[in-house]
Amino acid sequence: MGVFDMFKKKASGDNAKNRLKLLLVSDRANCSPEVMELIKNDIINVIKKYMEIDCEGLDIQITQTESESNNGSVPALIANIPIKEVKHSTDK
Amino acid sequence: MSEVIVVTSGKGGVGKTTTTANVGTGLAMLNKKVVLIDTDIGLRNLDVVMGLENRIVYNLVDVVKGNCRAKQAMIKDKRYPNLFLLPCAQAGDKNSVTPEEMKALTDELREEFDYIILDCPAGIEQGFMNAIAGADRAIVVTMPEVSAIRDADRIIGLLEANEKKRADLVVNRIRMDMVKRGEMMSIDDVVEILAIDLIGAVPDDENIVIATNNGEPLVGSDSLAGQAYMNICRRIMGEEVPLLDLNKKQGFFSKLFKKGN
Repeated sequence: MGVFDMFKKKASGDNAKNRLKLLLVSDRANCSPEVMELIKNDIINVIKKYMEIDCEGLDIQITQTESESNNGSVPALIANIPIKEVKHSTDK
Repeated sequence: MSEVIVVTSGKGGVGKTTTTANVGTGLAMLNKKVVLIDTDIGLRNLDVVMGLENRIVYNLVDVVKGNCRAKQAMIKDKRYPNLFLLPCAQAGDKNSVTPEEMKALTDELREEFDYIILDCPAGIEQGFMNAIAGADRAIVVTMPEVSAIRDADRIIGLLEANEKKRADLVVNRIRMDMVKRGEMMSIDDVVEILAIDLIGAVPDDENIVIATNNGEPLVGSDSLAGQAYMNICRRIMGEEVPLLDLNKKQGFFSKLFKKGN
């Protein structure tokens, strides 16, 4: 019995807690798909100043990441931004 | 110094009315003068949970609209000399009362009562706005379940947006057997997620159903839920009361008595 227990799926209480933590971030920030789109566009505009990026391939989402301080996972905004070309520095 | 407290949750069915009835009765047992106001226009239930449903003459809407004085509508609970109920209208809709009218009413009642406790309807619409309008503080009732916690979080946000300075949490209907197996969020989990002060934890107790069947709040009884509600009352009054051990089994004699029944 004990051996099989090891393969049992995670207890649902933890699952509920982790799902809620994630959900409440978007609820509290009012992160509707429209708001996420606005954030995405703002990120594009900032990064475009410094490098050429693949705007179509850009993807942002709220997900979870391991935290050292908070002994567990915390919500995080993850952006995946494919770079096409880094502009030459124009320092004078 | 009197206090106006709104009992709210967002989601229905988590125990707002039961909490209102038990906290109000408990405070009256502790010699405070208390009025309970049911603000769920069209779906009144506090009267039946309190066992006072047969004594209603006037209701909240009558008082607000000036058809009668507050004193005429308030039902005196014969079991506790300090306890009154202002029942709600069973006809009409939530828009028949405004937040301004509710605030005027609760302010008027402050002169006579130590505690004015409002049972808020489920939802976040006009009925909610009416119930919180005159309140100094809120008790947010939730249970260890995803939809109830999500709605509680929304309510906490709305209370903050409406400048309610204090909101305390009651975690209701906890099943310690499930928490032990890891199949239910613990009290600590819920408090961590919602990040407001805990004012009480109430176990899922079949005595609640029995008490409601009989129209008698169970606060003050030796059942775990009855003790938990009395502790909440003491904390509302500012006493430091340690959290009840919900793992505690019922006493031998109470078990014996139940079997004898």
